[in-house]
Amino acid sequence: MSDILAMAQRVADQAKPGEQIEAMVSTGRRTTVRAYQGEVEELTSAGSAGIGIRVVRDGRQGFAYAGSLDADVIAETLAEARDNVQFAEVDEFNGLALPDGVTPVDLDLYREELVCFDPQRKVELALELERLTLSVDPRVKGVRVASFSDTVGEGAVATSTGLAASGRGTFCYVSVSPLADDGDKTQIGYGFDVSRDPNLLDLGKAAREAVERTVRMIGATKPASRKLTVVLTAEVAADFFAIIGSMLGGDVVVKGRSPFADRLGDVIASPKVSLLDDPTNPLSFGADAVDGEGLATRRNVLIDSGRLNAFVHNSYTARRMNTVSTGSAVRGYSSTPSVGCMAMAIAPGTISTPDLYKFVGDGILVQSVSGLHSGVNPISGDFSVGVEGVMIRGGELGEAVREATIASTLQRMLLDITAVSSEVEWLPGGDAAAPIAISDISLSGA
Amino acid sequence: MIDEALAQRVLAEATKAGGSWAEIFVEDRRNTNAVLDDGKVEEMTSGRSRGAGIRVTFGETTGFAHTADLSEASLLQAAAAAGAVARQGGGGVKTVAFSPRSAPKPNDVAVLPETIGKAEKVALLQRANEAARSQGNAIVQVSAGYGDSRRRILVANTDGVWATDDQVRSLFRVSAVANGDTGMQTGYEANGFMIGWEFFDRIDVEEMGRNAANQALRKLMARPAPSGELPVVIKQGSGGVLFHEACGHGLEADLVSKGASVFKDRVGQQVASPLVTLIDTATMPDEWGSFTFDDEGHAAGRNTLIENGILTDYMWDHLRSRKLGHVQTGNGRRQSYQHLPMVRMTNTFVTAGATDPDSIVRDTDHGVYIAKLSGGQVNTATGDFVFGMSEAYLIENGEITHPLRDGNLIGNGPQVLMNIDVLGNDFAMGSPGMCGKDGQGVPVGDGQPTLRVPVGLSIGGTAS
Repeated sequence: MSDILAMAQRVADQAKPGEQIEAMVSTGRRTTVRAYQGEVEELTSAGSAGIGIRVVRDGRQGFAYAGSLDADVIAETLAEARDNVQFAEVDEFNGLALPDGVTPVDLDLYREELVCFDPQRKVELALELERLTLSVDPRVKGVRVASFSDTVGEGAVATSTGLAASGRGTFCYVSVSPLADDGDKTQIGYGFDVSRDPNLLDLGKAAREAVERTVRMIGATKPASRKLTVVLTAEVAADFFAIIGSMLGGDVVVKGRSPFADRLGDVIASPKVSLLDDPTNPLSFGADAVDGEGLATRRNVLIDSGRLNAFVHNSYTARRMNTVSTGSAVRGYSSTPSVGCMAMAIAPGTISTPDLYKFVGDGILVQSVSGLHSGVNPISGDFSVGVEGVMIRGGELGEAVREATIASTLQRMLLDITAVSSEVEWLPGGDAAAPIAISDISLSGA
Repeated sequence: MIDEALAQRVLAEATKAGGSWAEIFVEDRRNTNAVLDDGKVEEMTSGRSRGAGIRVTFGETTGFAHTADLSEASLLQAAAAAGAVARQGGGGVKTVAFSPRSAPKPNDVAVLPETIGKAEKVALLQRANEAARSQGNAIVQVSAGYGDSRRRILVANTDGVWATDDQVRSLFRVSAVANGDTGMQTGYEANGFMIGWEFFDRIDVEEMGRNAANQALRKLMARPAPSGELPVVIKQGSGGVLFHEACGHGLEADLVSKGASVFKDRVGQQVASPLVTLIDTATMPDEWGSFTFDDEGHAAGRNTLIENGILTDYMWDHLRSRKLGHVQTGNGRRQSYQHLPMVRMTNTFVTAGATDPDSIVRDTDHGVYIAKLSGGQVNTATGDFVFGMSEAYLIENGEITHPLRDGNLIGNGPQVLMNIDVLGNDFAMGSPGMCGKDGQGVPVGDGQPTLRVPVGLSIGGTAS
């Protein structure tokens, strides 16, 4: 048993008769190197740790957390969580997760190569990424920042109801933001690569993609307003599906905050769309064998060829809907388990991305969006975001555009998806996505 | 938190390897949150976070390490880790003499929230919930949240700075969902100040519940928002985020010095309509973005960024002001001891103009009136920015008419600032904001009078 699992277990073991206790402990070590103009601008190396304790008694729930694993702090946190119980109202569905017989898959998300990686090599990677980015295209005049960061993390959950699980993983990431100048306007873009093993990071890919995204925006203008077909890049499609995933969470469904709440079994999307959430897939950077309540994660099919197949649940929302948890409790140590997708993946389509542009003919390729938090309402379904990208003319990429928005509703967009690229990519956030085409979107510009 | 002698030993350890400057930032934060949702008080949460971040500079390089353990051994270990960025030895042991800094507090806190029973806090949620639900059967869901926090900080550095601050904030929010023939709509109301429990003498949680509910109810009749450029009138106190995004971020010296701001090299030039005077200050009594000292130990300032349309200065932190020989402005902030400080806004507002706000609407033939905004985002390199409207109406023949569905607006900061053609003689600060930059969130405030942008803003709706 890992040290932190033993620590969580010791807290859970303090449950008195009639009381349930859950402890979640996490620890992490991270390094961040930021390079600027050939020098190290920042070098951070630090560890952090925390514990969250949930107590349920007589249908009431209390919670407390602390960013420390000192014994006196843990004792104070447990006392606070117990004290907080009396201020919450009785809810018959409250309670910790119970063992459900599903065995966690054996996931290997930990790479000794990262733990042993020479700190000096991390510095060199950041510096090299900056150099590479500056060498790709003469129109790149500078780099706002080139960075390397990594995390080695471990988490454990133990409950007085008999669940105990722990896991560990490594993650590293390089990213760069080039600045390109055409004398009039400065354009900024970004590129990245991500891996569990630093030896597998592809700096060339990060630099190339960053520069491509940046220089293609040179000379961008504000387009005229009209309706058209929009192609979202894989990254932007992942942002879109992340919002859809949040609307399929048991919490918003049971509380009537999802427009899809009564639609189980209905066609809610184009038949070209199949969407699943599978944290047991080790290719996902969101993979995890257990969820935030200690239950095994599993493969959940959310949308099957356009039909709404399932919502995701934690044990609370499952009890309220008279079903079983899908192992989808998500949390950090500082919050109680909510519900969410961890590793969403869209099923690949049948055409390549260049063929997707040809299929669309005329439209716009959106490479970045802004205002996802301010112009998208997942309750009403209204969707309106700022975009940057390039027009698609006769099936080829054309002139760059900026200072425009695209708008529709999330419900319509799912139905209006006309094509999905076969080029699926795993992204840093844990999701896998591919470029998608959506028809009949309002582009607002001049 | 820690005493002077220990701080001296930590800074000596941090600079032992040759670092030229070092700082220790100690933070002790406690917060209480309670949430009511779906008719029930779901949970009460207590949080505690305590630790120290140690920063060392060597030439242009910053080393940083943090620890949740305030023991001497752990602090010295973090100091050595941060100090390891120095690539030449021989710094020797420096002893720093601290001079405690003092500055006027923006306001006093009358009643510390920790002295109030949790049951009283929970009761507020129930009152807000009942008030919201009483507005009609179409209100199908209500959530209310209470939060208070107390953040005590200590900053000490090798320049001899020794500064402490005790920041108490209180927050209350209500959101409501209404269901009608065309689906669901939402309403939201939030208030937050840098004060204690006396907050609730000042705000009426039941009125907040009613306001959130009625906003959702009004939107049940909402039409799709227009698509394309139209004149936009923004109600006082709802649109400070426009300036936060249109130019605030672009005036942060870290972005400017890297050439990532459209406002670089523009000091002394006209960047906005002559009507516009823009101020950033953490000295406003009670305001959400206020403090006595910033997270680098510098006293809160009152900084005029734009005066009558002329760009007068950027906002600065320790690193950038030292590098460029500029005076500190008290804008060095960080989310927690686990983060490095950077240049951040505090309370950012545009001062009032001279025009009757009602006449601004009357003089607008056709356009959009925005009563509530919901945040925004900017690309500082191009100046393009978006901001969301969560309560907006059509203006037809000088009258406010139909409610509009939610959406973003987009514009280019420098152009929109120049285009502002009228400012109201009213003024209000807006809702408490949480500003995100490079993954760190800090509390900020904003404010403005009623104003009009006649051209240059595109409304991101679907109606042609």
